[in-house]
Amino acid sequence: MLTPRSLDEALALKAEHPGALPVEGGTDVLVELNFDRRRPDAILNLNEVPELKVWAREEGILRLGAGVTYTEILHGPVAALQPALAEASRTVGSPQIRNRGTLGGNLGTASPAGDALPPLLVEGAEVELASVRGVRTMPLREFLVGPKRNALEPDELISAVLVRPSGAPQTFMKVGPRNAMVIAVVSLALSADRERGELRASFGSAGPVPGFVTAPIAERESFAEQVAEAATPIDDVRGTAAYRRHALRVLAGRALERCLA
Amino acid sequence: MTSAAPRLVSGRIGDVVARADGGPKVKGEFAYASDLSAAGMLWGHTLRSPFAHARIRSIDLTAALTMPGIHAVLTHGDVPGQKCYGLEFADQPVLAIDRVRYFGEAVALVAAEHPEQARRAAERIVVDYEPLEPVVDAERAVEQDPLHPDAPTMGHGYRRDPRPNVVRSIVIRHGDPNVEGDVAISGVYDVGIQDQAFLGPESGLAVPDGEGGIDVYVATQWLHVDRDQVAPCLDLRPEQVRIHLAGVGGAFGGREDLSIQIHGAMLALHTGRPVKMVYSREESFVGHVHRHPARIWAEHRANRDGKLVCVRMRILLDGGAYASSSTAVTSNAASFACGPYAVENALIESTCVYTNNPPCGAMRGFGAVQTCFAAEAQMDRLAAELALDPVELRLRNALAPGDVLPTGQRVTGSMPVAEVIRRCAALPVPEPEALPRDPIRLPGGAGNVTRGQGVSRGVGFAVGFKNICYSEGFDDFTAARVRLFLDARGELAAEVHCAAAEVGQGVTGVIAQVARTELELDEVTLAPHTTATVGSAGSASASRMTWMAAGAVQLACRAAKAELERRGELGAGDEIDLERVYRHERTTPLDPETGQITGERAHVAFACAAMRVVVETDVELGLTRVVWIGTAQDVGKALNPQAVTGQIEGGTAQGLGLALMEEIRTSDGLITNASFTDYLLPTALDMPPVVSDLVEDPEPGAPYGLKGVGEPPTVVSTAAVVSALRAATGRALTRVPVRPDDIVGL
Repeated sequence: MLTPRSLDEALALKAEHPGALPVEGGTDVLVELNFDRRRPDAILNLNEVPELKVWAREEGILRLGAGVTYTEILHGPVAALQPALAEASRTVGSPQIRNRGTLGGNLGTASPAGDALPPLLVEGAEVELASVRGVRTMPLREFLVGPKRNALEPDELISAVLVRPSGAPQTFMKVGPRNAMVIAVVSLALSADRERGELRASFGSAGPVPGFVTAPIAERESFAEQVAEAATPIDDVRGTAAYRRHALRVLAGRALERCLA
Repeated sequence: MTSAAPRLVSGRIGDVVARADGGPKVKGEFAYASDLSAAGMLWGHTLRSPFAHARIRSIDLTAALTMPGIHAVLTHGDVPGQKCYGLEFADQPVLAIDRVRYFGEAVALVAAEHPEQARRAAERIVVDYEPLEPVVDAERAVEQDPLHPDAPTMGHGYRRDPRPNVVRSIVIRHGDPNVEGDVAISGVYDVGIQDQAFLGPESGLAVPDGEGGIDVYVATQWLHVDRDQVAPCLDLRPEQVRIHLAGVGGAFGGREDLSIQIHGAMLALHTGRPVKMVYSREESFVGHVHRHPARIWAEHRANRDGKLVCVRMRILLDGGAYASSSTAVTSNAASFACGPYAVENALIESTCVYTNNPPCGAMRGFGAVQTCFAAEAQMDRLAAELALDPVELRLRNALAPGDVLPTGQRVTGSMPVAEVIRRCAALPVPEPEALPRDPIRLPGGAGNVTRGQGVSRGVGFAVGFKNICYSEGFDDFTAARVRLFLDARGELAAEVHCAAAEVGQGVTGVIAQVARTELELDEVTLAPHTTATVGSAGSASASRMTWMAAGAVQLACRAAKAELERRGELGAGDEIDLERVYRHERTTPLDPETGQITGERAHVAFACAAMRVVVETDVELGLTRVVWIGTAQDVGKALNPQAVTGQIEGGTAQGLGLALMEEIRTSDGLITNASFTDYLLPTALDMPPVVSDLVEDPEPGAPYGLKGVGEPPTVVSTAAVVSALRAATGRALTRVPVRPDDIVGL
């Protein structure tokens, strides 16, 4: 277990131990370890890195540190700036899990079911990646390259998520077979950006990576169908492909109602 | 009602008594079996089969034995005594011999200094498997090669059934099953595999006594039956094996069968060191028996006035790879197939088969859950067909004292079916909550999926019943021992020994209440639950433990009191120490050919419950919020009303779970959701408050007139929740758990 006290130290350790698995809240990592699915050479504990814990708004850009928790998003000022992300945060696990789980963890895991991903995608978020070599940013859409795979280099850490809040009406919905504490059978974030005349939707758990669909507002009548058509769901233990596609169509219709009301 | 204000605790029968273990459990201070430790302790681990069905060609331990920290690696050849064990039939190998019959079957054991070392070494055991085609379809099983060619359950007084893979079949023929009514309703119903999903995984500690014997501290439901299975497999005398109850984190039937008992003891005796074993969550899901999945074909015939004329039902249960308590579940399913209704003609066939699916055995409700779901669905359909109110239809058929059950048994005790129906139907159903509201209070809950769109409200009703105590001639008894002595202050005090397993149901509290009441004493202590100091208590099962423990403690206390009166007084250092055994009225087996009683009774007593459920279902997404549940339950006499309502709420939640989400999923016999990520249990947002009305109609043969209360809520709630879902959706919903796809119609 490596426990750096600053971002610089963390990056140095990551460069030295590229096999080290970063951990923040541990809500994904510890489950993997407990189920014996992963045995990393080392654990890089980022809980003592203050730079990752903060969020800030500068020149219209919201910078959310990788260590910001769902509880902080849900109950802090970020909720007003990123309402769909706040709604998504509310759907994550239980209060205890929301107190521990972080944005950076959700991006690191890069699950197609990651709850924070669809709302960030509809807001066009970028990911900030840091290493001893320097800092780079890339669009979240490019960062997510496959199921539980992302574009991180072995010496890099996710340091922040950058987003320019659109201010557009937006919402997030998640379907699961019980009323709390579920992994998404399917999820949807949607925003109706009148300024740009654009509808944007992103869905989870209906393809290898969260899907992204955009269309002119004028196509609102067919948009729910476009979203359902864009999905590439599978049958698994959590749900059937047919149900996922059906539910996406219903969710998209309701989300449009909410955002265009 | 659930809102009953706690009275001042005097701890006598009928008082509201707070649980002694409540505070520690809420604060995380309660010592569960998984918290046990001993000096010099090793950790045991079990290697399990990755196949549902395979031949074992060979097992090579060489690599495992050379791993760091390893003290023992054991296989079937190391089982000192009898190679197989089982609750009723010894058909399950302690460790697989030449064949594995289910996914997760135990193959080898490892003991190591550290649990991680034990797991790593287990991975290095090389088992050469030859995979075989698994038997996974219960309907086809009776035509496939037998998994147990010696048919271990046949020839025990059951109906002779020559078909391969039959664990037991029973036919109950009552009156004239060919009689026709004005109307007939038929349907086919399916029940998925439910798991007990207790939060405390299987765990225990085995400590060698240095003289060849063993002490096993374990979370279990019946200490003495564990001992009687463990001793022969270890080739020890029963008194050399002492089983002590360790903190139990839930049971629900899933701890009737052995888990770590023999395995831990083998490792401890082999190494001469204490050995602890704790299952992981994944291992727990494969390491215990589940509720039997069922397919049920039902036909109900009735006259225009709603009177049931004839019920015909065929029940097929999948028992999985080993017998466990399947024979009793098979018979129970048949006994309660018609529900708590007077039916003059019936033909019930219930069959349980061996397959390579996960083994099934006891779970809260024990066969009656599956049939209640089918029978109550039929009653709702019959009410619709006859344009009768569903409550009225049930009242017209309600079973009452003096009526005859399909087994020919006359109801001689309490049977307040009409009363529970009326009392439940009289509970006021809340008005729909206004919109808009926080989406968390709508179907989909935290998922934020609706503001009211697609939401339809439905109200359902169901009635269920089952037996209390063991049945069919089982010699069912409980021992209790009472010591009276003067304490340090010279005051009379009592110590009670009873091996009744406290599994969370609160039996220790009941034992203390009975002793205080009978002895008119406040100073009552309970000795540890163990096989070492008192006779068998029987199982914490079949809603029997409160009845049986109360009966035994009452007998022992009354005997001790009589002895005290005879002596006049106790001097310092004197004591009265006596043990008494309580038996309920004897039962006799059912006739193997006709399913009719061979004496006065096959079951001792019955308990019934009625339940009304309100749901809101999002019919477009297939998601449900259960809004309200009201129930009236036949409890005989509530010894501790708070504990009774607790049992009703917990039992209801478990039945709601089966209705909406709880299911072990399999693919070719392999469990695909062995985790709490994918085996979902109801959360606080899924389970509404329950209004419980306790119907106290004393049972003549029972201590204080009480009835067991743990199972009736589980029996009835699955049926009641789905009844409400049908009302909300208009769909038939013939399978539980109901999936979103079923509601949407995909």
